[in-house]
Amino acid sequence: MLDLRNYSSIGEALRDALETWPTDVCLIESDRGEEKLRLTYHEFREAALPLAKAMQDFGIAPGDRVSIIMTNQSKWLISAYAIFFCGATLVPLDYKLKPEEQWQLLKHSGAKMLITEYGIWRQLGVSPGRANAANLITVLATEAPENADLAGALRWEEARGAQPPVFVPRTRRDVACIVYSSGNGGVPKGCMMTHENYLEQCMSLTAVYPFWPGVRYLSILPTNHAIDFMVGFFGPFTCGAAVVHLRTLRPEYVREAFPKYEITYVSLVPLVLKNLQKGLQARFDELPASRRRAFEALRNINRTLTRDHPRLWLSRKLLGQVHAAFGGKLEAIIVGGAFTEPQTLQFFYDLGIPVANGYGLTEAGTAVTVNDLKPFRADTVGKPLPGMEVEIRNPDADGIGEVTVRSKTVMAGYLNEPDLTAETIVDGWLRTGDMGRFDSSGHLQLFGRRKNMIVTEEGKNVYAEDVEQAFEGLRVKEFCVFAANFIWPQRSMRNEKLILVIHLEPGQAFTDELRAEIAARNSRLINYKRLHGLVLYPDDFPLTASLKIKRNELAQRLGALDREQSILPI
Amino acid sequence: MRSIEQTTQEILQLAAQQFKLPAGSLAPGDDFYKKLGIDSLQALEMLSRLENHFKIELPDYEVQGVSDFRTLAERIQARL
Repeated sequence: MLDLRNYSSIGEALRDALETWPTDVCLIESDRGEEKLRLTYHEFREAALPLAKAMQDFGIAPGDRVSIIMTNQSKWLISAYAIFFCGATLVPLDYKLKPEEQWQLLKHSGAKMLITEYGIWRQLGVSPGRANAANLITVLATEAPENADLAGALRWEEARGAQPPVFVPRTRRDVACIVYSSGNGGVPKGCMMTHENYLEQCMSLTAVYPFWPGVRYLSILPTNHAIDFMVGFFGPFTCGAAVVHLRTLRPEYVREAFPKYEITYVSLVPLVLKNLQKGLQARFDELPASRRRAFEALRNINRTLTRDHPRLWLSRKLLGQVHAAFGGKLEAIIVGGAFTEPQTLQFFYDLGIPVANGYGLTEAGTAVTVNDLKPFRADTVGKPLPGMEVEIRNPDADGIGEVTVRSKTVMAGYLNEPDLTAETIVDGWLRTGDMGRFDSSGHLQLFGRRKNMIVTEEGKNVYAEDVEQAFEGLRVKEFCVFAANFIWPQRSMRNEKLILVIHLEPGQAFTDELRAEIAARNSRLINYKRLHGLVLYPDDFPLTASLKIKRNELAQRLGALDREQSILPI
Repeated sequence: MRSIEQTTQEILQLAAQQFKLPAGSLAPGDDFYKKLGIDSLQALEMLSRLENHFKIELPDYEVQGVSDFRTLAERIQARL
């Protein structure tokens, strides 16, 4: 791999990578089981440089912000490289957000240019939110049909400058990306990630899980997600490895991709991992009794022989059929974005498929700890990566306190939010809001959160404040949304729920009509943002001088109530 | 060409069949995550089945945020 200590920016490292392995494959793109594209590092370079020149011709200057809203595909990575080549700052946004949410973040980030797919632009271009984001001057849309109405966008395929572009160097401290960890309703949290953050994170991660030419990484998480950006783009590219993109993430095509492309690594969210577990378990259950007994005996042998560390060659021999379904080359499944049940991790490890779980957050540059598998410990999130200082602040009698992190991978701050930044990074230490402790062997164990948010099994961060706008104008005196565990702290990362707290007008009754209205509004929310219950609170909410709800104080008062009795179904 | 009503009815029938619910137990306004008790991956599996039935290709992002059969039917109808 490239020695990233010698580089100042993502663009500089990628530029060298493209010249180091010109004939190796870097990208494969498949749609519904059919391979659509295969690019070598040299071909990737040839595709990106004319785009970089076109961007410079459009007036993109160093530090200008350029956003990408695309599904996982080759043009995402090609466009990102062109952006870094120009010294611009990348704003990767989630293509799954609603158009109005995307416009809000496009405005907040101050993006001058947007690169998107025509299918996404069709909805985004006509959204009323567009009028507010006057900062956005140029839109490039990929794959637009010949006679399509581009609504002011230009064709990505035609954005090709004839002359070579000028490479723009950046320093390690310059902002490389603005990554939105959350906040589409409340305060948008745009994490300003520096070039150094990425270079250091890449070195830490590849020290534990190396990439090399010949590795095939299957990219399933969206590339705007910090994990996929690192292990599905920057990491493999700086090691000469290849990334496989699937345009359609239907389970049947994902399953097919493993053997077809002999995948080495894949990153998943816990929900997908659990789904894989369910599918495998169903197949094991269908085996005739004698074969099932033989399989279980082999699994037990594998479990015993891999107790200290993985022995992949042995596991592949013992449990050949299982490994063949995963292509026979799988080194590890990387799981992240949310808490993973220990029994799911153990299920795969017993089959000889190591699952690299860990703990991280965008603000810390993705991963803070990773299970190094020496030995495998399903009940923890692993040890701190090289270069990470992790401390437990204000531990209680059981040693559980807030996880804080100091590292060169910690973000520069939240865009346009100096107060929030100052609250989050104190004396150089990032306060994560997650509660944990180290066990005697130095593995981190997590025990819930002290922040008003939940993380779903799909890895979605949902902030309580963001959900409130769905209930604007509700006919009650006042209301507030909370994460139930924020009010009633639990020593668990499971079963996180959002609840609506309402205070009725004097004399107002809680009618079936009101309940139905809450239920109707709730069902209009995207599924992972939905509330699980409501609490009727009899007193006035504590308010600030400017009539904002004092959330912490209200949460404290609510905490005196009994959790089980107070939460009513919606 | 099917009408939107026909498309909706066919979707309801296929979904009921796939998730083993009695025929006629689903309504156009139903939230399929809730009513079928499925997660987002199972919803994608349902989409594959609908694609095969209607012989269309539906990009994943077109159905992001869609959770009721009626809206799903509209997205499919637009591609018939």
